[in-house]
Amino acid sequence: MGSDKNMKILIVDDFATMRKVIKNLLRQIGYQDVIEAEDGVHALKELKSQKIDFVISDWNMPNMTGIELLRAVRADSELSSLPFLMVTAESLKENVVEAVKAGVSNYIVKPFTAEVLNEKIKKIIEKQ
Amino acid sequence: MDVRFINPFLEATIDVLKTMAFIEPSPGRPYLKNDSLAIGDVSGIIGFTGAATGSMALSFSEGCILKIVSNMLGEDIKEINGDIKDAVGEITNMVSGAARKKLESLGLSISAAIPTVVAGKGHSVSHIMGGPSIIIPFETEQGPFVVDVCVDEMK
Repeated sequence: MGSDKNMKILIVDDFATMRKVIKNLLRQIGYQDVIEAEDGVHALKELKSQKIDFVISDWNMPNMTGIELLRAVRADSELSSLPFLMVTAESLKENVVEAVKAGVSNYIVKPFTAEVLNEKIKKIIEKQ
Repeated sequence: MDVRFINPFLEATIDVLKTMAFIEPSPGRPYLKNDSLAIGDVSGIIGFTGAATGSMALSFSEGCILKIVSNMLGEDIKEINGDIKDAVGEITNMVSGAARKKLESLGLSISAAIPTVVAGKGHSVSHIMGGPSIIIPFETEQGPFVVDVCVDEMK
């Protein structure tokens, strides 16, 4: 995939302001094609209806959490290799282990800067 | 309340506001508070359970939170609206997460609930443990805010 600044990124977070914050950070590092979903259920609908290259998802959300969304993505043959960056305020070891077991591509703990976000995205894309 | 709880919340607050809103607040001297009247115009409150139980509130003055959220979103916000309340919830979540990580390194594994946000002059902040709570006051160029913590280690 390379460091493709044209890739379409889906931000999943129940807080509209956090989606806006992440969108702003992505713009700062050159990613303009960004769509949003308010929880895992809406995110799955978006993933099924259009081609999305990268998912940035919050962990704690109503209806369908980030870890449930990740498991659903990995279990879907068409989406299973999708890069998935988990964003969370939780950094407890057991959560990291759970996310890794579920197949997360990388993990970022709030608060974070545009530089840190850029590094995480680059690392994931390099591994693809 | 155990004074070991003060520094994790103080450091987490500075870290979150510096990283997300590019604001470096100056902490004042912590003091005890016995009533439930909030010190700011909008507050985010979150409960904790686990090795320690209690709650934390962040109470912001209007000028202070307008600047913080304007910086976070990259747009000029002039009144306390839905975006502000949403952001206060998220800031509360982030401060709680960062503070709990620091508490984990002291051997205290704590879970948090979902934050609630209350706005309006003279609103109240009720802590799960009743009180008194410890107030950590902060100053910013646009006005003050406080971190109001009432947490105790489970014996």
